[in-house]
Amino acid sequence: MTATLTDPNRPAQTPAFQKISPGRQFKNYLAMSLMGLAFLVAVIPLVWLLFTVISKGYSALLSGDWWGKSLKGVLPEQFAGGVYHALYGSIVQALVCAVIAVPIGILAAVYLVEYGNNGRFARITTFMVDILSGVPSIVAALFVFALWVTTFGFETSAFAVSLALVLLMLPVVVRSTEEMLRLVPDELREASYALGVPKWKTIVKIVLPTALSGIVTGVMLSIARVMGETAPVLVLVGYSRSINFDIFSGNMASLPLLIYNELLNPEEAGQLRVWGAALTLILLIMFFNLVATVISRFSAIKTK
Amino acid sequence: MAEEVTGSSPPAKSQGRRRGDGIFRSMTTGSSLAIVVSIGLIGLFLLIQAVPSLNANNINFFTSPEWSTGDVGNLRFGIRDLLVVTVLSSLLALAIAMPVAMGIALFLTHYLQPKFARPFAYIIDLLAAVPSIVFGLWGAKVLGPSLEPIATFLNKNLAWIPLFSDGNVSLSGGGNIFTAGIVLSIMILPIITAVSREVFRQTPVMQIEGALALGATRWEMIRTTVLPFGRSGYIAGSMLGLGRALGETVAVLIILRSATSSSTFSFFDGGYTFASKIASAAPEFSEPLSTGAYIAAGLVLFLFTFAVNALARYVAGRGKAKAS
Repeated sequence: MTATLTDPNRPAQTPAFQKISPGRQFKNYLAMSLMGLAFLVAVIPLVWLLFTVISKGYSALLSGDWWGKSLKGVLPEQFAGGVYHALYGSIVQALVCAVIAVPIGILAAVYLVEYGNNGRFARITTFMVDILSGVPSIVAALFVFALWVTTFGFETSAFAVSLALVLLMLPVVVRSTEEMLRLVPDELREASYALGVPKWKTIVKIVLPTALSGIVTGVMLSIARVMGETAPVLVLVGYSRSINFDIFSGNMASLPLLIYNELLNPEEAGQLRVWGAALTLILLIMFFNLVATVISRFSAIKTK
Repeated sequence: MAEEVTGSSPPAKSQGRRRGDGIFRSMTTGSSLAIVVSIGLIGLFLLIQAVPSLNANNINFFTSPEWSTGDVGNLRFGIRDLLVVTVLSSLLALAIAMPVAMGIALFLTHYLQPKFARPFAYIIDLLAAVPSIVFGLWGAKVLGPSLEPIATFLNKNLAWIPLFSDGNVSLSGGGNIFTAGIVLSIMILPIITAVSREVFRQTPVMQIEGALALGATRWEMIRTTVLPFGRSGYIAGSMLGLGRALGETVAVLIILRSATSSSTFSFFDGGYTFASKIASAAPEFSEPLSTGAYIAAGLVLFLFTFAVNALARYVAGRGKAKAS
């Protein structure tokens, strides 16, 4: 016994480490359970909401007319018709918006990464992109109304909606593209310059293709984001119960607008349409999100 | 950060300027300029179209709760109630979402194993994918009625606190700020969580391991290293969430019941926020002067969110400077 006590090389034994006092241990466990609880608290509304929408809306989607017919001539209390017209509106408005917003957004991101050099104008642009991403959709809609309808004198139309959506989509595209361009290894640019390739060609042929999958992912996510926007369609286009292919004139339905209008219909058929359209909208957005995830998973940039 | 990526410069300059470079450069600069200008234009256009109505307004724009724009000859509109409802619902949302988001962010970054953290984070991100109109629908038809007993309980027992006193709409159905605030808190949860998660994850490993080596429990480690390090990012994320809540339109529009009397500064009030007031009147935007009244409200909302977002950026930037 005494020999081991005096041995300076003996390993530390249990008394060398003190147990954590019960108070500290309790606090530790309390903190851990509170954090787990916080997560559960967030999951409950998600599950509750999805369950509500699916259970109330799925039967609408099963009817044959849902995807292929509009609500033209359908009476409020009648279980008939579908959301074909609104689906068309939602998709077309988002695509027209993407056609305008994506080139501007990508070019602006190219400026920030390749030309800006973190200079004064680049910093101002980054700041404005941040501000733009915080602009409420209703303000964007009001602005387009003030510009397009009041000042230029055009009528409200699906195209005006797309213009408002451009303002909401731009910051998302710029941010995600910028992030992807910064991931492109510098060696690629240098190799291209060393071969005498001019800068713009390097960007177009080397940098952008390398980052392409990431950019496409960002675009898909931004399309998903603008599809759910309701404020612009409330302000900038009227609701129509039948299909309208013309984006420059006339009323055009979209899924959020259909939900908002059918909400006023107290009949059971109207309520079914509301929940059915809500489920359709969620599925549509999930679809674009899923495409984005798949693209990013299968073709990530190889940084090294 | 990866800013150094842009450091290398092309050989083109030494060989004289090429036309392609010039064109491409101006295209990208032009796109950036378009974004900068569009923000300016938003402010400018709203201002230009709001001024005539503000001049024709017969009552004080900031302090009056009245809103009647039907008679162009006698415009009477004030934003006091809109401001009260907007601020109350957003602050309630923030008060609920901030602690929950912090808990989730810490749970995901410092409790869960990395291989589970990703799918769990995806679940939270799913909340951001749900469109606001669906949140509104759910809040008005499902959550509101189920919150009614809680609201009644709070109203009965805590009525001495002005925030829980009787509001200007009936409690039944839950069409009040209380429900709207809770739905808003769910809607802003993903963004606060995402931002906080990013900064909490960047806590220097040396500090974490140092704290653990000194015998700190996991919670003590978090309190002494992660929270001080991530505080500014967390606050910035919360400000971004606040910006979202202030501008949220259609969910609030569907949930809140319109009230006949003016606001009583209670969570059980109904009424309109800036955004929902504008959206509710959108189909009747025909007369420039009365439309201008709504545009004035939109301008206030724009300046409000501009300030909140700029502040968020400032806080985040200061935190980043301190960390490096």
